[in-house]
Formats: sequence, structure tokens, C-alpha cells
Amino acid sequence: MFPPNPTHATGVQMRLIGWAIALAAAGLTPAAAQSPASAPGTTAATAAPAATAAAAAPAAAAPIVYGSVGHAIPKEGVGMPVPGAYGIQTQVTPLGERAAHFHNFWLMWTITLISAFVLALLVWTIFRYRRGANPTPSRNSHNTVIEVIWTLVPVLILLAIALPSISLLRAQYSPPPADVTVKVTGHQWYWTYEYPDYGVSFDSNILKEKGDPTLKPGDRFRDPAGRDGPPLLAADERMVIPAGKVVKFIITADDVIHSFAVPAFWTKLDANPGQLNETWVKVDADKTGVYFGQCSELCGARHAFMPINVEVVTPDQFKQWIASKGGTLPGAKPAATPAAAVTPAAAPQPATPQPATNQAATAQN
Amino acid sequence: MSTTADSLYLKGHEAHDAHHDADHKPGFFVRWFMSTNHKDIGTLYLIFAIVAGIIGGGISGIMRWELAHPGIQVLNMMWPIGAGAGATLDEAYHHWNVLITAHGLIMVFFMVMPAMIGGFGNWFVPLMIGAPDMAFPRMNNISFWLLVPAFLLLLGSTFVSGGSGYGAGTGWTVYAPLSTSGSQGPAVDMAIFSLHLAGASSILGAINFITTIFNMRAPGMTLHKMPLFVWSILVTVFLLLLALPVLAGAITMLLTDRNFGTTFFDASGGGNVVLYQHLFWFFGHPEVYIMILPGFGMVSQIVATFSRKPVFGYLGMAYAMVAIGVVGFVVWAHHMFTTGMNVNEKMYFTAATMVIAVPTGVKIFSWIATMWGGSITFETPMLWAIGFIFLFTVGGVTGVVLANGGVDNYMHDTYYVVAHFHYVLSLGAVFAIFGGFYYWFPKMSGKMYNEFLGKLHFFIMFIGVNVIFFPMHFLGLDGMPRRIPDYTPALEKWNQVATVGYMITIVGVAIFFVNILWSLAAGKKAPDNPWGEGATTLEWTLSSPPPFHQFSTLPKID
Repeated sequence: MFPPNPTHATGVQMRLIGWAIALAAAGLTPAAAQSPASAPGTTAATAAPAATAAAAAPAAAAPIVYGSVGHAIPKEGVGMPVPGAYGIQTQVTPLGERAAHFHNFWLMWTITLISAFVLALLVWTIFRYRRGANPTPSRNSHNTVIEVIWTLVPVLILLAIALPSISLLRAQYSPPPADVTVKVTGHQWYWTYEYPDYGVSFDSNILKEKGDPTLKPGDRFRDPAGRDGPPLLAADERMVIPAGKVVKFIITADDVIHSFAVPAFWTKLDANPGQLNETWVKVDADKTGVYFGQCSELCGARHAFMPINVEVVTPDQFKQWIASKGGTLPGAKPAATPAAAVTPAAAPQPATPQPATNQAATAQN
Repeated sequence: MSTTADSLYLKGHEAHDAHHDADHKPGFFVRWFMSTNHKDIGTLYLIFAIVAGIIGGGISGIMRWELAHPGIQVLNMMWPIGAGAGATLDEAYHHWNVLITAHGLIMVFFMVMPAMIGGFGNWFVPLMIGAPDMAFPRMNNISFWLLVPAFLLLLGSTFVSGGSGYGAGTGWTVYAPLSTSGSQGPAVDMAIFSLHLAGASSILGAINFITTIFNMRAPGMTLHKMPLFVWSILVTVFLLLLALPVLAGAITMLLTDRNFGTTFFDASGGGNVVLYQHLFWFFGHPEVYIMILPGFGMVSQIVATFSRKPVFGYLGMAYAMVAIGVVGFVVWAHHMFTTGMNVNEKMYFTAATMVIAVPTGVKIFSWIATMWGGSITFETPMLWAIGFIFLFTVGGVTGVVLANGGVDNYMHDTYYVVAHFHYVLSLGAVFAIFGGFYYWFPKMSGKMYNEFLGKLHFFIMFIGVNVIFFPMHFLGLDGMPRRIPDYTPALEKWNQVATVGYMITIVGVAIFFVNILWSLAAGKKAPDNPWGEGATTLEWTLSSPPPFHQFSTLPKID
């Protein structure tokens, strides 16, 4: 019943306020300091991606070149749910790997052993003290020693969980200086990704299936071969971020609460209208690929249909992609292949030979 | 104190006719619609809870049917889609949100709470403390009758517009701004009024229980001699009394935001959307203990009875519940780990949440220690209690996983959370309710249930609910968000398994209904105390069913 873009008064108001706050925040962001503040009009201007780019980037109507930057072909079972899986998705960030390790090798073992211990005690008690085996019940109802033990031992177990847990939290909340900032805005029912430092902004909508009755003639549908991603998880436009770099997400919403979640990054943060939430990821330099997530806070009718697609590329491919989106890179000229080390901000890994290898990896993706 | 109780009782008694006939019952209408008798009101609550449970359970059936396979297969049958019109598809999706909202609200407010507090609490708190009735019998009646219009309002809300379609599709948490600017139409207002009425009903009930337990215990029944079920109800009603007004305030603010232009939860007017979540969960977290504590109490009675031993560590058990109640008020924001809280807040709520595992562990171990050295028989109520102890442990330990703020990022709002809270509620609280029902059925009805059918019910349902909910852990870890009507095909396997589990479970539930109906019609007459020497609480000293008015001479406890 809602049109795709709700335009009732409060929505507009909140959007404006959101923008005001976003601008203020962008001004505070160190990486954003040298870039001209992106005007609110950018969203509208870039809604149809500018076809000025020299590279392979297609305009909306042009056929998709799968395998190109922004259209990498996802690897089956990576960054998406795995059929019949028992555990968490493979993590591609150092913090995600750490958290997954804490979960898989510490929490899971602890809780499994505790459950097994309780079960064993129960089964033994049932067997040993059934009426047939023990016709006269004892009358014991107190034992201070054992009561102290079963209070203190759980306390120790919990301490052994809490200490690494608190230190994990501290690590998650200690972001290094950001290399790239992406502003994420949730709407009913799509996402807007904005790169305030580069003047790039676009919407990301779900790709409907071929043959969907609501598909309008000429609309793009999900590639049946899965090159866009799995059903319900594939979006028409992907957020693209560089591997091995610190990427800061500034997350908000303009209507109701949404939640930005990418399981493979161990990332989930609510998009609250009128607030800016901040989190960060640093994807391992060798983990280029496509990672899928879904809105994770009930946001109305099409809550299940606003997927999150993040494509992780090499820093060079990232520059190429920014250029193809009509963005301006501070410093280097986009079209010319930059000699790896000219990234403006203090680039953590300078002239490593990674571009070549990573490009190869991406190509075969 | 007991004189007050006596005179209250006598007045009520004399209002009917004879002085002597303690078992005189009023006519049908007066007895069931203007009731002041705690046992009759308890029965009404139980019937109400069963009706609500059928509706809420039926809704989960629709949800499992829809989720059995990827794609939309049931919602579109319920809301036929017009030719290519996206709007009607949205109505179908909205209908999904209505289903999850109704399932949550019905199970929490109209099934578990009425069964445990209104039903068993009303029936057995006065019996167990040796009181003739509740302290405020007429207030008791209005507590029940407020629940009926509350339920009707909630059901009625599905017939009026709620934004994208009919009914309130906000989730049981009613988060703003989805519930304010995000849901036009009267449906959400009706749902909010429904919560107001249900909340008022519970607050009145809480006042009644507190007064009864503090003032109407039989001579010699000190607080430290009260059965643990009474302790559990006492702690529960204190939680109700302190938590529900906060909910009432929060949803009233929703109402004024929706209808009168206030902006409590609207940033464009200086409000804050996260404020609503703080208020809601300040109520919501104690609420989950409200749903489980009476179950703790019932399991304690059942385990002691069938082990033929007194409860191990009685004081520890009682004060563990008090501790759970107190700590339960300072952990609410672990429901909000992904709202963007700062690191100190997250560390605090991580640590505080873990603390709750300690008194809970004390209870688990004390139940096992109660069985230890006992002479255990395995009648149906005992099976449910043992099932409860293990499944609640499983639900509890996944709670410890979720308590870690840094880990919760991954599981938050996924099916892992759904699995966790159904293990503690659907497999915890509901198992306790079934255990209590079989335990007290002979006392309440005067008829024995069928032991074979009871055991069959337990085993089928034990398998069924585990098949439903255990795979949900896997779904959550694999990344399936909550509250979605459709999912990517990779998630099909465990969803299908869960749906099969639902089908197994309804067979178990059907056996339960056959058992009740058969037992009421043709069950053996129940003796005063069918459970033998282990059943030591006062209700077993009365006839089955108890007289219409009991304890006209107060029992003395030494």
C-alpha cells in the first residue's frame, strides 16, 4: 500500500534532519576533511549512475558485465548461508575471525559440556534413584558445602567467559583511523549507500526473480545463473569497499528502524532514524568477494526484501569503481592505473605486490 | 490477619444462604460470570489460556507452513494477490507481520501469563497457604474479565487497517517508529489498548496476590515455610507490579505520538527512537522472568512430590528466585546490543546478564539434588518436570552465549534468538504448564487423567518441540533473520525439519485434548491425594475437587 518511497510529512522531515546530521558528521570525519561536502542533491543526481566512466561500468540499461568490478560473481557458499550448515558463516575480518573463534572454541564447548553434564547427572539420578532401585528416600535437604560449590564454580566459569568477551568488545570498539567512509541509510525498503569523501551515492534494491509478476517490462531481474547472488539476497547495486582497508560505516535510517547486517563481517548495527550509528570493518586483504546480509530489524511489509550486498575488491579496483560511479578521488587520476602507493591518507600497506594477485583472484570469482 | 480473612470469608459465605453448607454453589451465570471464588476464577483463566493457546499455536502453524519452503505459498492464499499489483503483495507480507505480532502477544499475555498466574496461581496460592480465598475476590473477578476485552481488542485489530494491510504488524515489541509513523490506521491503537487492559488486569492481580500472600497465610505458615510455588508467584507478582506500569507508560507515549502529535520517539521533534526500546525492555526483560518463575515453582513442587523428598536447599531456592527477580531488572539492554550503545554500556549489560546464570544454576542443581537420594516415580507430571530441567538448561546456556555483547552482534535478531527464547519459554514455561496441569488436574477436576495418554503426550511433544526449535539454532548461525516470511533457498533444509517438528507437536497436543476430554467424561475418581507421601502441601489435605469454600477453620502449620 505504501509507494516505494514514502513521502508523508514526517518522513521528509526526518530525512532532512538526517542529512543535516550527516553533513555535520562528514565534516568531523578526518578522511572527509579535504573532500568537498557532498550536497543533499547528490542522491538525486546519482540515482541514475553517470555513464561518464571510461571503464566497463554499465549504465542502468546496459547489459551487466559479470565479473567486472561491482558485478563480481559470488562464490557459492561464501558470504551467504550454506545449505544445511550447522555453524556460523566463514568470517573474513580479523575481528570476525576472533569472535567466531571465541564462539566456536570456547563458548560452544563450555555450553555443550555444561548441558552434557546436567543431562548426565539427570540420567544417572533417574536411573540410580528410581523407586525400584531405592525404595526408601533419604531425607537430606541441605549440604552447605555442595551449595557453595555449585554457586562458586559457575561464577568461575562465567568469569572465564566474561574476560575474553569484554576484551573482544574493547577491540570491536577500538577503530583505527578510517580509510574509507560509507554512509548507510535504511529506507522502507531499500538501502542508500553514500561515499561522502568521493561524492558517490546510490540506492540498492532487491533484484526480483525472473517471472515475478510484479516485475515491470524492462526491469532488471536476478540472473537465474546466480551471478548476482542467491534469491532474495541479490541487490541491483552493491556497496563496494576495498580489502585490507579500514572502512567506517555511518548508519542511519529515514523512516523506521532498520538494521545493517553482514554476517561474514560479524557486523550488525541498527539504522535508527535521527541518529548516526558508527561501526567499522577491515576485511582481510586476501578476502575479496561478495558478502550478503539482510535487514535485521522488523521494518514493515517488505522487511525480508531489502538485502545488503557488499563487494570487497582490491584498493585499485575500488578506485576504478569510484571513478566509474562518477566519483572524484582526492589526488590520483582515476582512469590512469595508479602506482599502488599513491593513496592519500597514511596507507597501512604501501607498495605490496597485492594488486596483481588480488585482481587474479577476483577475476576467477 | 487471619481474622480479616475469616470475616471476609464469612461475609461472602453469608451472602449466599445457609451457614453450614460450605459446598453450596451459585447458579451458572452468577457462578461463572460474577465469580468471586478463586477456584472458579482460576478455572476461567485456565480455559481462557487454553483457548488463547489454540489460537496462538494455530498461528504458529500457519507460520511454519509458510516457512516450510522458500517462496510465498500460504500468505497469498490468505490474501489473494491481484494481477501484478505490488500493493496486494505488500498486504500479504504485512499479514505475515500481523501473524508474528499476534503469536507473540497471544502466547505471552493471553496464554502463559493467564495459565500460570491467573490459573494455577489463583487455584493453588490460597490452597497452599491455607487461606479461604484471595484477599480481594471481586478484584480477582475483574482481573479476569479485563483480559477478555483485551483479547477481543487484539483479535479485532486484525480486521482494521494497520498500514500496509490489515492488523498490527509491528512485532510484539511494538517498536517506534514502525508502530507510530510507520503504521497508519487504527489496528496498532487497538493492539495498544489491548496491552493496556491486559496490563491493568495483571497489575490488579499482582496487588491481590501480594495482599493475599502477606496477610492471609494460615497460622504458623511463615514466609520461610511457604511452598516454593507460592514463593515463585510472590516474586512474579512483584515483578509485574514494578514492570507493567513502565510498559503502560511507554505504550501510552506511543498512543500520544500516534494520535496527538507528541514526539517522544520521533527525532524530528526532539524525541528518541531508542528511548522506546529502553522503556519496553525495562518491562520486557522482567516479563520473561514473569513467564518462567511460576514454572520454577511448579517444577519444584512436582520434583519434590515424585522424589518423595523435601526440596533440596529450600532457602537457596526461594532466594535464588528473589535474586533472579532483582537482577532481572538491571539487564534489560542486552535486548538492545545492536542499537548503537557505547562500549561501557555494552560491557556492563554483558556482565550483569551473565550474573543471572548463577541463581539459575543453583535452581537446576537443587532440583537434581532433590531427586538425588529420592525414591523417584515417573508419573506424567514428573516427566514434564524432568524435561523442563534439561530443556531449560539448553535454553539457558544459549542465553549465556547471547549475553556476550561482542558475540551477540552475529546472532542478534536471527533465528538463534528465536531458538533460545523458545527453549526457555516454549520448552521451559510450556513444559512447566503441562506438568502443573497434569499434577493438579486430579485436584481441580476430581478425576484422574489417563496416565498412558499423558505419557504419550509428553514423549511425542518432547520430540516434536525439539525438532522444531533445535534446527533454529543452525538457521540463526547460518544467518537467517527473524520475522521474515520468505528466505533464500539455502535455508530450506532446517526450515523444513522445523515444520515437520510442528506436525509432530500437534499430534502430541491433540492427545492432550483427547486426554482431558476423556478424563473429564470418564476418568477414574481422584483420591484426595493421588501422589502419596511426597505430596505434602496443603491442597492435598482437601477433597478432590476441593469444597467450594475451603478452610472455614484455618489449618495450623507447625
